Amino acid sequence: MTAWGEMTTGEETTADMTTSAPAQVAGVPVPLDVEAVRRDFPILGRAVRGGNDLIYLDSGATSQKPRQVLDAERDFYNTRNAAAHRGAHLLGEEATDAYEGARARIAAFLHANPDEIVFTKSATESVNLVAYAMSNAGTSGPQARRFAVGPGDEVLVTEAEHHANLVPWQQLCERTGATLRWFGVQPDGRLDLSNAAELINSRTKLVAVTHQSNVTGVVPPVAEIAAAAHAHGALVLADGAQSVPHQPVDVTRLGADFLVFSGHKMLGPSGIGVLWARRELLEAMPPFISGGSMIEVVRMEGSTFLPPPARFEAGVPAAAQAVGLAAACDYLDALGMANVAAHEEALTAHALKALSGINGLRVLGPLNTEHRGGAVSFVLDGIHPHDVGQVLDELGIAVRTGHHCAWPLHRALGAQASTRATFYVYNTHDEVDALADGIRQAQEFFGSESAGAA
Amino acid sequence: MDLESMYQDIILEHYRRPLHAGLREPFDAQVQHINPTCGDEVTLRVTLNGAAGEPAVADVSYEALGCSISQASASVMADMIIGKSVREAMAISDEFLKLMQSRGEAEPDESVLGDAVAFEGVSKYPARIKCALLGWMAWKDATARALGERARAVPLGTSTGASGNGDREQS
Repeated sequence: MTAWGEMTTGEETTADMTTSAPAQVAGVPVPLDVEAVRRDFPILGRAVRGGNDLIYLDSGATSQKPRQVLDAERDFYNTRNAAAHRGAHLLGEEATDAYEGARARIAAFLHANPDEIVFTKSATESVNLVAYAMSNAGTSGPQARRFAVGPGDEVLVTEAEHHANLVPWQQLCERTGATLRWFGVQPDGRLDLSNAAELINSRTKLVAVTHQSNVTGVVPPVAEIAAAAHAHGALVLADGAQSVPHQPVDVTRLGADFLVFSGHKMLGPSGIGVLWARRELLEAMPPFISGGSMIEVVRMEGSTFLPPPARFEAGVPAAAQAVGLAAACDYLDALGMANVAAHEEALTAHALKALSGINGLRVLGPLNTEHRGGAVSFVLDGIHPHDVGQVLDELGIAVRTGHHCAWPLHRALGAQASTRATFYVYNTHDEVDALADGIRQAQEFFGSESAGAA
Repeated sequence: MDLESMYQDIILEHYRRPLHAGLREPFDAQVQHINPTCGDEVTLRVTLNGAAGEPAVADVSYEALGCSISQASASVMADMIIGKSVREAMAISDEFLKLMQSRGEAEPDESVLGDAVAFEGVSKYPARIKCALLGWMAWKDATARALGERARAVPLGTSTGASGNGDREQS
């Protein structure tokens, strides 16, 4: 029996999984054994409103956790809990091994090197880490100066970004006098790259772009954007909060210089996130959050800092959460990320078809699954998303309503707010049908003129 | 469905045919309130009359974009308070806030709240409380501004809200 949390590379599958789906064979995805997967998630057994079974379609907000992840975190607290990187006692050594082992495991999940993995609290904090490194770069010595931005420099984002990959860049520009520019979106939510030659230029210092939209599911061509950015000496940050959990990601081929993501969206615990960055960048970046753990020598007159990744990990490490995230990587690799992506693509295709049969419903985003992941957001004539969500909630169906932390994207797509369903490894085709039924019930309840089949 | 306890007929009626909707002139103050989590928003104007010692609500006009609860609440509110003194309207507002915070335990006083008792069910769905309160918060804000303007003897019809981050309150 392979112990959870042991290091495996991305390619190996641990043979003894309770989730018995094998990795893909000869490049062809293998269907997930969803019933077996669901048995690993205790929360899916509970009843919600009206005694209905939980139909959880809000993994885009946060994912549910399999008992293997919960057990790994609990096991750390039960057997190896101590402050990592401190103390010369046995427990301290074991905690340190667990923490660093988790780092290596997560690196392998991305085909990265462990010393390129920085643990943060979340994707949001990871973006802020880079933004504040750039902010602090002007006053942190010659090595960091390459990251400094000021008047005349440009930071390029997109209108499709989650606020986490937008607001920190707005703030950076406000603080430093740099100019914020952005790609717009087409009516189907895909990026409008027609003016890329103008927007990516010699003044561009950084391009921040989503790797998968949390509203439309769109997967932009990050590698192409990165090639153009690099040709002008700009760095590229990809927001992987919705991609790393849902599709195979290989940082050696992504093209980006920075990748951010959150543990809690990929079956892992809350409170742990990752910044992956090229080693030579981390070596030159100044710290964001400072304090203990990240220092080399401390005197009252000033301090020096450790090399990365430690330089960016102030405070006692969130070791239990890192161990939990490593266990999540094990779980996902046992399923096979290509199989996970194929499962979601099938659910998304089913959802797009089922919803397109509903009169008065408009999907925000592409209607095909070409470079498009499993977020299906929609507006319904005459019924506000909040009210749609309320009816669905009554039926046990959990969706998200509002602007999903992507307000500018909603404005660009002509919607004030939307209802969003997101899919993950534990969702089924029956649940997609239940969603479509629930939407029709909302139309009946509110007596909308658009009720009925197309 | 138990939803009927929240979405009572009165609420759905006000949602489909909101009373006093639209923005009208003249007005003493205008505000724009937004619920950042869900995209409900309301632009609301108040016009006051009555003696300086006992101001009264002459008109409440509004444009509400949002869910059925927020729109119906604005409609019920406007219909209840137009013609009442500001003091009476504030008392109704306080009573409504208490009802919203009651978690389904309260026995609402229909003599004070009138049609607003229909929102009792909302108190069992905490995520919707802000929807029901949006219009009331906007009215209180606008009224406070209008009274402040009166104290400074600025001519009627001046817009004093809804420009720039500082003025916009997010409820």
